[in-house]
Amino acid sequence: MPFEATIDAFAQALSDPARPVPPQTKGREGRPDARRFAVYRNNVAVGLIGAIEARYPVARRLVGEEFFRAMARAFIAAEKPLTPVLIHYGENFPDFVAGFDPEREIAYLPDVARLENAWVEAYHAAEAPFLTLDALAKIEPKDFGALRFSAHPAARLLRFCHPAASIWAAHQGGAEPRPPEHWRAEDALVARPEADVRVRVLPAGGWEFANALFAGATLAEAAETSAGEGFDPGSHLVGLIEAGAFQYMR
Amino acid sequence: MPVSPSSPARVAASLPKRGGVGLKADHVEQILAERPDLGFFEIHAENYMGDGGPAHRRLEAIRALYPLSLHGVGLSIGSPRPFDKDHLKRLAALAQRYEPGLFSEHLAWSSHNQGFLNDLLPLPYTKETLATVADHIDQTQEALGRRMLLENPSTYLVFAESTISEADFIAEVARRTGCGLLLDVNNVIVSSTNHGFDPIAYLDVYPLRHVEEIHLAGYAETQDDAGRPLLVDAHDSPVRDGVWALYAETIRRVGPTPTLIEWDNDVPVWPTLLAEARRAEATMARIVAASEEKALRHAV
Repeated sequence: MPFEATIDAFAQALSDPARPVPPQTKGREGRPDARRFAVYRNNVAVGLIGAIEARYPVARRLVGEEFFRAMARAFIAAEKPLTPVLIHYGENFPDFVAGFDPEREIAYLPDVARLENAWVEAYHAAEAPFLTLDALAKIEPKDFGALRFSAHPAARLLRFCHPAASIWAAHQGGAEPRPPEHWRAEDALVARPEADVRVRVLPAGGWEFANALFAGATLAEAAETSAGEGFDPGSHLVGLIEAGAFQYMR
Repeated sequence: MPVSPSSPARVAASLPKRGGVGLKADHVEQILAERPDLGFFEIHAENYMGDGGPAHRRLEAIRALYPLSLHGVGLSIGSPRPFDKDHLKRLAALAQRYEPGLFSEHLAWSSHNQGFLNDLLPLPYTKETLATVADHIDQTQEALGRRMLLENPSTYLVFAESTISEADFIAEVARRTGCGLLLDVNNVIVSSTNHGFDPIAYLDVYPLRHVEEIHLAGYAETQDDAGRPLLVDAHDSPVRDGVWALYAETIRRVGPTPTLIEWDNDVPVWPTLLAEARRAEATMARIVAASEEKALRHAV
């Protein structure tokens, strides 16, 4: 089918600057025109790179515009959006970033990118009621252990090898970012119970506890998972509820 | 949040024959505070295909006060590959949720085997491509349960295999599918400059009776290999004088029509964008007044 062959050739030439301008096309001189075709090539690249830049503003600041653009350009060459809904495009960019920098010069970059991706996912997640402390107050203490909690649709749990949440937080607002006071691995909860996305650093044991609850464990089972010296499941549960981590309990 | 009987009260859906602008997140707070007297807002459908969150909250608030035009940029109507049923479902759900006054899409393709390419890409105009485009529009109108508008593209090159002029192609698509048309006047200026045809002659052939919305925008200027001027549909600047002139000629022929200012890149402050929409309304008012005066003189 000539239609299909024409569009095939056009699409392949768009994505590969080494290919010649498709011979089926012509400008006013009646022959293929490189500068005319370049408008389309440029539109595709600028649009997709722009989507990645918009999703990862902190990662972009951390490595600088030029290096980030080189990463984004390589990413869009390897992975085109699967659907026209660009708010989902680039969710696997953090993995790509991890592989792009084999020297690991900026080892914390993939972690920060994972946090930024979770932020965007939370931003666009479905609206849902969220569990409040008032509801918990109505439960008899003897029934606590058997409670199960359902994650709020916007809630995301993240486990980092670096202080990614502190680095990210230092780049919010206009102030000059400062390095984290303590360089240690952080775990974080990203949630959006109402309009605003919130990022909370979890205390030690908090990730295991929340992860068990999100997976459907009872409160007693989750407390068991995280049981360590001085672990207080009550304060962890209150912290998670205040952050908007849950939709309901039963 | 699904639309339920308790969903907020909204103004009527249909677009008045007035000016409108593309909705930008940065302007929403000021719009809700000032409630400017404006015909409608237009959104890019794909930007609202998340499940919830601030984007939908803003849009609900705007939709309560203004009619909405739903403008798709990703349906790929002009693609030879099988039509994307999942995307049609997303569009239908969005249309049901926000009750837009109209839905429009482009005579272009944007998805291929590699995925979505995020640009409005050109297609040859032949009997074969006409049949494909008409079939895709039929499927869209069926899925949305409404008539859609098809927008004329801005193009930077043409295809050797094309056998039908763009205006004739669009006229035949409208005849076969019953779709309405969105006339992008900036695109007419861009394409006529790029391909060396007369924009007035394009209007002469274009089936203007089907036009239900007009788009106006700013273009960027560059050159082709031969050093000829090449205009790019950039949506990054004010509407140019030549576009305003062709707009006035269009309004003389079709009468007042919902008119959108498209300004998507280097978005200006709100008053600047609003002033462009006001200028479109003033142009329509001036032409209506002139034609009434003329009618009066004939009557006397």
